[in-house]
This record gives sequence, C-alpha cells and structure tokens, in this order.
Amino acid sequence: MSAQQPLLSIRGVETFYGKIQALHGVDLDVYDGEIVTLIGANGAGKSTLMMTVCGTPQARNGSVTYCGEDITYKPTFEIMRTGIAQSPEGRRIFPRMTVLENLMMGGMVAGNEHFEEDLRRAFELFPRLKERQQQRGGTLSGGEQQMLAIARALMSRPRLLLLDEPSLGLAPIIVSQIFEAIAELNRADGLTVFLVEQNAYHALKLAHRGYVMVNGTITMTGTGKELLSREEVKAAYLEGGAH
Amino acid sequence: MMQARQRDSLFVASVKDSLGGALVAFALACVMVGLKVDVASGRGAELFLEHRWLAVAIAVALVFVVRLGMNMFFWKREDAPSLGLSGFLPKGGLGDGSTNLLKYGMLVLAVALPFALMYYLGSRGSRQYIDLAILVLTYVMLGWGLNIVVGLAGLLDLGYVAFYAVGAYSYALLAHYFGFSFWICLPLAGILAAFWGIILGFPVLRLRGDYLAIVTLAFGEIIRVVLLNWYEFTGGPDGLSGIPRPSFFGLEFTRGEGGFADFFGLKYNSIHRIIFLYYLIFIMAMFTNFVTMRLRRMPIGRAWEALREDEIACRALGINTTNTKLTAFALGAMFGGFAGSFFATRQGFISPESFTFLESAIILAIVVLGGLGSQVGVVIASIVMIGGFEMFREFEEYRMLVFGIIMVVIMVWKPRGLVSSRTPSVALSKNAKGISADLVQEGHG
Repeated sequence: MSAQQPLLSIRGVETFYGKIQALHGVDLDVYDGEIVTLIGANGAGKSTLMMTVCGTPQARNGSVTYCGEDITYKPTFEIMRTGIAQSPEGRRIFPRMTVLENLMMGGMVAGNEHFEEDLRRAFELFPRLKERQQQRGGTLSGGEQQMLAIARALMSRPRLLLLDEPSLGLAPIIVSQIFEAIAELNRADGLTVFLVEQNAYHALKLAHRGYVMVNGTITMTGTGKELLSREEVKAAYLEGGAH
Repeated sequence: MMQARQRDSLFVASVKDSLGGALVAFALACVMVGLKVDVASGRGAELFLEHRWLAVAIAVALVFVVRLGMNMFFWKREDAPSLGLSGFLPKGGLGDGSTNLLKYGMLVLAVALPFALMYYLGSRGSRQYIDLAILVLTYVMLGWGLNIVVGLAGLLDLGYVAFYAVGAYSYALLAHYFGFSFWICLPLAGILAAFWGIILGFPVLRLRGDYLAIVTLAFGEIIRVVLLNWYEFTGGPDGLSGIPRPSFFGLEFTRGEGGFADFFGLKYNSIHRIIFLYYLIFIMAMFTNFVTMRLRRMPIGRAWEALREDEIACRALGINTTNTKLTAFALGAMFGGFAGSFFATRQGFISPESFTFLESAIILAIVVLGGLGSQVGVVIASIVMIGGFEMFREFEEYRMLVFGIIMVVIMVWKPRGLVSSRTPSVALSKNAKGISADLVQEGHG
C-alpha cells in the first residue's frame, strides 16, 4: 500500500490562530482505500488539522496535497469540489430544512445528477433517514443528525470523506451503528476515510492506520491494532474507555 | 370511518371551544355593551342607565359563530385552541390548506378590486381606495424583494430603501436627460439597482449579522445624502418633477385624440390611469413572487436557505458563499429598483425625502412580521401595516404608538411572524420529478 502515491498528503503543516500556533509541523498520509484515524485529547489540534485540509484556516507553512495537486491555498469551496467531502464537527445540518432538502444540498455542487441513486444508497446505509425524510433536520435526534451529516457529505460522491468526531455526544449503540456504516462504505464502495476521533477505542478498531496527536504534533503512528496494544495509548486514551 | 370519527371529535371540540368563547364574550359584553350610561337630554347633566340586551345577544352570537367557523375550517385542530392568549392564533402557523385558500382568495380579490370599488363607489369615491391599494401593493413588492435577502438568504439589510431610491432616480434621471420612456427605463432601473447591489455587496458580504446590518444602514444613508447634495445632477432637496407617466402600449392616458379613452371609445376619466397603475404594480409584484417561488425550488434558492441556516456547513459542501450572497443581494436590489421606478412614475415627483431610513424600517418590519421567508405573510403584513397606517390618519399622534404596540404583540404571540410554517422546496410524491415511487414506501431498504 505504501508504495503508491498517497491520496492525501500533509507535509510540515503549521497553522496559526492569530499569534497562537495550533499545529507544529504535522506530517500525515492517507492512501487510497484506507481508513485513517487521528486521535488525541481535547485541544490537541485534531479538528484544526482537518479544517486546514479544507482551507479554513489555511496553513501558514507546509503543504496539503490531494491527488498530486497542491490544495494548501485553494479556497474552501473549490477544495470541496475536488472529490473531498466533509461531515463537520457538531454535524451542522440545516435545521429548518427537511432531511430530503439537506441531502439535496449535499449533492448540489455535483449537480444532483445521480440524486435518485445516491438517495437510495444513503437510505440503505441509514434506514432511519428514510423514515424521517420529510421531517425538519432540527427535529432529529443527535444520532440521526449525525447520520444525516454523513449522508449529506456522501451525496457529492466523494473519493475522500473527512469525518470530524462523528461519535460526539452519542449513545454507544448509535456510535456502533455509525462506525459500522463507515466500515461498510469503505469495504463496499472503496471510500477513503479520514476520521478524527476522541473515542480512541472505536476509532482504532475500525481504522487501518492511526495517528496520535499531542499539542499540535504527531507523537505516534502505526496500524490500528498496533496502537491499540501500545501501553502509552492505553494509559492515555483507553483507560476506562474500552467497552 | 376513522376520518368520520375524527371530524366528529373536531366538531365537538370546536363547539365546546366556541361555547367557552361565547361565555367570555357574554361576560365582557354584559358590562361593556349591555350597559350604557348616557346623559339625559333636556334635563341638565343627569345621568341614566340604558340596557341593550339585544346588542349583547348579537355580539355573543357573532363570537360563537365566527369562532366555530374558524375552528372547523381554518384552524382545523384536533384540540380546538384553548382559551387564553395562545388561543387567539393557531399554534402551528396557518396550515397548508388554509394558506392556499387564503392565497387564491387574496389573488381573486386583488384582481377584482378596482372594478368592485368602481361599481360600488363610482370613479370619484373609489379613487382614494385604489390609490391606497397601489401603495399597499408597492410595499408588497418591496417586501417580497427584501424577503429574498432577509427571509431566504438571511442577510439582514437595513438599507433596502437605497435600491428603491436608485430605481426611482434612475428612471427620473434617464427620462429627464435622455427622454426615455417608462418601458425602456423599467428594466434599466432594475439593472442599475442590481449593479449597485453588487457594488455594495462585494466588499461587505464577508460581514455577518449585526456588522452587515450596520454597513447596509450606512449605505442607505449615503445614497440619500448624495441625492440630497448633488444639486446640479439630482436637483437636491427640490427633487425631480415632471417625470413622464407610463403609456399603455403607446397610448397615453390623456384627454382628446389618440389617448387611451379615445382609442377604446370610452369617455375620458382620470381614473383610467389610476386603474392602469394598479394593474401595473399588481403584475410587477406577481412577477416578483413568481420569480422568487421558482428560484426557491432551484439549487440557488435552496442554497440561499441553507446559507441562512448555516454558513460554515455551506462552505463545507462546496458552495461558493460569496457568489450565493451576491446573487441574493443583487436580485433583491433589482426588485427594489423596479418598485422604485414604479414609484417615480406614479408620483411624477421624487425627492430624497421619500427614501429615509423609516422606509427601510417599514419594509423590514413587513418582512419580519409576515414571517421570514413567507410570501403570504408579507401580503398580510403589508395590508395590516400600510392599510392600517392610512386608515388611521386622523389619529396622527397615536399612530406610532399603536404601530409599536401591534409589533410587540405580534412578536410576543408569534415570534416567527404571522405565517411561520415553511413549505419544503422538495417532496417525494408520485408526481415529483426524478424520484421513483418505490423510494417512498416505508420499511424497505
């Protein structure tokens, strides 16, 4: 796998919020067909890295390359049209629009050419959304909103899916459902997934490879299994959380 | 079977509720209508009490019947609205059925209005009412134009009157300097207003919420102050007069040969032009509505609404938020410009005084009171506000007071405006395009 060129390549990225440096030279690769997860504590810079890939904020130093093309300084809306889709932190669905309208928004940039087909696929993955299709987004439960956020991102037929904390604030059974759907997308559709998570146990079990971030730098990397068995990881992120 | 039972329980609940309403009405009417204190004529200042039980009976019966009707046919609630403040208006906003009924009712009324007025009041008596109707329709059009910016795209614009002014002055100046007719100037005024919308929008649309509101407010004032001070070009505070009137396919509304009345073999009457103006603004307003409703079902309209909901999510979905905002701004400005050139041609005279901040505030109030994003709501709010404003002209001093109270009351009862329900722009039904019926079935896939 590592012989080929990575789909997404992050090299020496440094991102600032004003004068405060959030990322201190991050290197990370995501290969085609992989699930890669980035774990770390609150405020480690995980979401910042994901947002840097999307172009808000832009990296001050270093580069982000997607499909061999430098996208570091492209505007966000252009990056999101190149085959990258994102389910943002906090879901950010459109609360007054219906589930169906939310999904249409996801495929809008791609022109909704395969809307019917993509809709069927989304409803297959998340049957709950089908039941709720005429309901307003804001009336859905947290889990359903997360499903909607992922489904909406998929409507543009991305090659790379960025997921920012999909398990945030959800019941364990819903988390399992969502992670199963992600695995299914990767297995059946060959979708590449870059997953930022705090729920280290679930994320590492799912992912092919993982990175651990501490204070804006990558401290460890390895396959999901390797990281799960490491003592440092266990102590820092899994203590009491393995269930 | 099921339906019949539902209707039955609806009827029972409605009757109960109406009885309750009648009881309250009786209690109130007994004191307020039933007893009348009067000064006896002829015998100094002696007071005596008069009983009017018939009036009480009529009032109570009226409350009962109207409330029953509203319960049965308009509110259509399983549990008829309870007594108390929240019961005065239906909770979920006007339902789909009643909104449609209201829509078509208003449409028919609007088309028939001038003739009905002419029939009952004659041309002399109806003139003031048609004038008022024209004014209301102008505000309906402005409200619909601003609704694109504020209601759909969620951009708070406090300087909408600037585009109204640009439209009005575009027509007046083009007619003044080049002698262009109304029909050439109407599209030009719209284009110029849209152009100014883009010029303003480009630098400021990166701002959000309060900041955007302040900048648009300033822009509205700048336009007015420029018009006021550029004496050589705009006539400054003296304004521009002698703005040409519109013609009906080349027919002027003048007395004598070649005029509208002469051509159609009618007796010349100045009301013809008023009626023509009425239908002109009616068509312009309906055009605004038509375009807006069409766009709402198209990707750009859906993008506006998504933008109102969550800008960050929009960007994450690859939507160019700057362009999306700009189109909303430009389109809203264009309709403002159309309305402005209509205003100029109707008045025949314009001055910067007509384009103060108060106008922006009124248009914004119409949009907010009507319910952000609701087209029908804008119509109702325009009728209530502009119509009410003119009707109570005699109570000049109290107008603003009443105006304020009404606003507060509506915002307390219906914080999302009079028509707060939002119709989805897409539905999976059998005749919905491009989505097959098997997706609609439950419990499959």
